[in-house]
Amino acid sequence: MKRGFFLPVVAFAGFLFLYIPIVSLVIFSFNKSKLVTVWGGWSTKWYVELLNDPQILGAAWISLKIGVVSATLATILGTIAAIVLTRFGRVRGRGLLIGMVTAPLVMPEVITGLSLLLLFISMEAMFGWPAGRGILTIIIAHTTFSMAYVAVVVQSRLVDMDDAIEEAASDLGAKPMRVFFDITLPMIAPSLISGWLLSFTLSLDDLVIASFVSGPGASTLPIVIFSKVRLGVTPEINALATLIVVVVAIGISIAWFLMRKKVKT
Amino acid sequence: MTALRATSPWRKTAALLARFGLTGRALVIAVPMLWLLVFFLVPFLVVLKISFADPMLARPPYSPLFADGSIQVTIGNYAYLWEDSLYINAYWSSIKIAFFSTVMALLIGYPMAYYIARSPEPKRSLLLLLIVLPFWTSFLLRVYAWIGILKTKGVLNMVLMKIGLIDQPLIIMQTDVAVYIGIVYTYLPFMILPLYANLVKLDNAMLEASADLGAKPMATFFRITIPLSMPGIVAGSMLVFIPAIGEFVIPALLGGPDTLMIGKVLWTEFFSNRDWPVASAVAIAMLILLVIPIMLLRMAQSKGADT
Repeated sequence: MKRGFFLPVVAFAGFLFLYIPIVSLVIFSFNKSKLVTVWGGWSTKWYVELLNDPQILGAAWISLKIGVVSATLATILGTIAAIVLTRFGRVRGRGLLIGMVTAPLVMPEVITGLSLLLLFISMEAMFGWPAGRGILTIIIAHTTFSMAYVAVVVQSRLVDMDDAIEEAASDLGAKPMRVFFDITLPMIAPSLISGWLLSFTLSLDDLVIASFVSGPGASTLPIVIFSKVRLGVTPEINALATLIVVVVAIGISIAWFLMRKKVKT
Repeated sequence: MTALRATSPWRKTAALLARFGLTGRALVIAVPMLWLLVFFLVPFLVVLKISFADPMLARPPYSPLFADGSIQVTIGNYAYLWEDSLYINAYWSSIKIAFFSTVMALLIGYPMAYYIARSPEPKRSLLLLLIVLPFWTSFLLRVYAWIGILKTKGVLNMVLMKIGLIDQPLIIMQTDVAVYIGIVYTYLPFMILPLYANLVKLDNAMLEASADLGAKPMATFFRITIPLSMPGIVAGSMLVFIPAIGEFVIPALLGGPDTLMIGKVLWTEFFSNRDWPVASAVAIAMLILLVIPIMLLRMAQSKGADT
């Protein structure tokens, strides 16, 4: 079938639309001039400034810590929720659990952020915990919305998986715990990894919820970026964006080659 | 055998716990359930409570629910939302912006998804990778990138003026146009991926049958391809519409002072005006008017998909 010029041209324009902003970020991160539109020649001075900015580096470190802890917690909780929903049959409260697992996916971030902040404040007034807001409250908030994504990813894997193998294991006398760790877990491991990575990215990216539930001394990277960017274009942030793009591109290419190799063999 | 021996003290503890109804099974169910109850469901009750309180100059800045031995409830905040046109306008404006962004994302995303789905193999996964890649980089930074492009002395105006297409710079930044561009740009991959997943399964035999029966390519497209890809269109549109409606970052960075979106209104009410009860009332109204209908729609859909 002949397909003409229309499709390739539109697709090409679409990809340009997706990549022009990223390319312009990268190019202007090497601009000597502080004014974005005036090209002052090539320079790496914004990278030097970025690496000497304690505020950005500190925030990046806080964000990484929050990302790792909340992604790990979300993966554990989300996986348990997925198991309960796919393997436990019609237990009491199943409907409630389904509702609470899917609702965060459609909940506007401003509502999640506001409601968690008001909860933390009321809890502190009533029980004295959590004392103030900071890294801990951000971790709890991120875990809560990320676990919904993990549950969805793991659940779809569990539904596709043949449960005859699990049944065989328990017929052969394996305890439920043993079936889980020896059979189910290795089989759903890829979905746990993608769930973890998804949670980690969501956590690193989140501005709105973190802004609500963070406190003094717990400014995450997006909070710092947002406060700088609101004042206008800052080349330092372009340098940071370029570094992130490079890291992501390398990571994704490695994952892609590994996956292609696996498919071929 | 070691495994068996190792489990015996466990078994004793388990039997003891089971007497109190604490089986391993119940514990496994309780963990995610309790977490979500405490950190997802209860927060809404707190918001509901505060939405019925009066704002006060205190810490926290609202009146207590129980005072002087009676329950203090006011519906003043909801009446205020109804009377001040700002809030109703912001709802409509959010729905309008989310709707038209979704339509635009569909118009751009559909041909792209179709093109990728029809591409031969190594090229296809490379193109898919290019769609997914922006998602893993920071969303905030990608929105920020548009400031440099769209502002009056930005890249776009510079290029257009250099090639002589315009004499005066276009004013795009801080208008609704910039917000539309930002939303379509951010959520385009969410539109493309479900469409691709659907179109890649499209049976070529259907298209050939239609062509053999004399249908023009256009007729085949509108009468075969589009109806068959309807689940993908719906899924992709939901993935764009739902997050777009509560969006804060894009209108805050690219929009102007008169860009009305409900997410931004709630944010301002909370952080700038420090009016917690009104912010809570906005959240509850948003939940009832936007989130619950969307959830019901999704549930109806997944039920429809099962049968």
